[in-house]
Amino acid sequence: MSVLHIVNKSPYERNSLETCLRLARPGSAILLIEDGVYAVRAGSSASARLQQALEDHPVYALRADLQARGVQPESLIDGITLVDYDGFVELTTEYEKSQSWL
Amino acid sequence: MASKKFLYVNRKAPHGSIYALESLEVVLIGAAFEQEVTLAFVDDGVYQLLQNQDSSALGSKNFSPTYRALGDYDVNRIFVERESLELRGLAKEDLMPLTWEDEDDDWAEKDSIHVVSSKELAEIIEQQDVLLNF
Repeated sequence: MSVLHIVNKSPYERNSLETCLRLARPGSAILLIEDGVYAVRAGSSASARLQQALEDHPVYALRADLQARGVQPESLIDGITLVDYDGFVELTTEYEKSQSWL
Repeated sequence: MASKKFLYVNRKAPHGSIYALESLEVVLIGAAFEQEVTLAFVDDGVYQLLQNQDSSALGSKNFSPTYRALGDYDVNRIFVERESLELRGLAKEDLMPLTWEDEDDDWAEKDSIHVVSSKELAEIIEQQDVLLNF
């Protein structure tokens, strides 16, 4: 499979998620980690953008980073797949290459 | 060793952090190992290629002229995202002219910089073997 796009910055501090979504081809995957996970909170402006992206991309978020930041699983928008660290590693092998939007 | 396609994605402005200089150094090393090197400039990364930079008064290394050496290392696929330029009120003419000499075409001097759309750049990203981010 194609590219795994990894975003680790808050969408409200940096444009990493925005640029990622602009440059990710349909079918590539998006994995949110660290401060990137804030984007999945329902009702936020970033989550509205993600909702759109879900039509073209599977979107994953790292469970430990959500938990650390108090983002409860029930506050997530629909369609996000939560992964643990093993799942993170699996994704990096499942996709041909990773693109980290620093 | 078979050569691989390396894409260096540059998204940071040049003088506020060390990313741009580090990227340029890694690019030159990668090119010396005869890998197929492509550069992309996106977001504030486009400021790295702006003309007339002179950081000598900052007391830091004035590395902007080094970009002109890329052509001699066969790094002649330099893609700049149009959307990032436009958002910053910039056009290709604002960027330093980077060229290379094509030995298969009687050493004709050719442009290394190609301004491309987001869509085109997305395809270029997919075509690579290795993606390195700065």
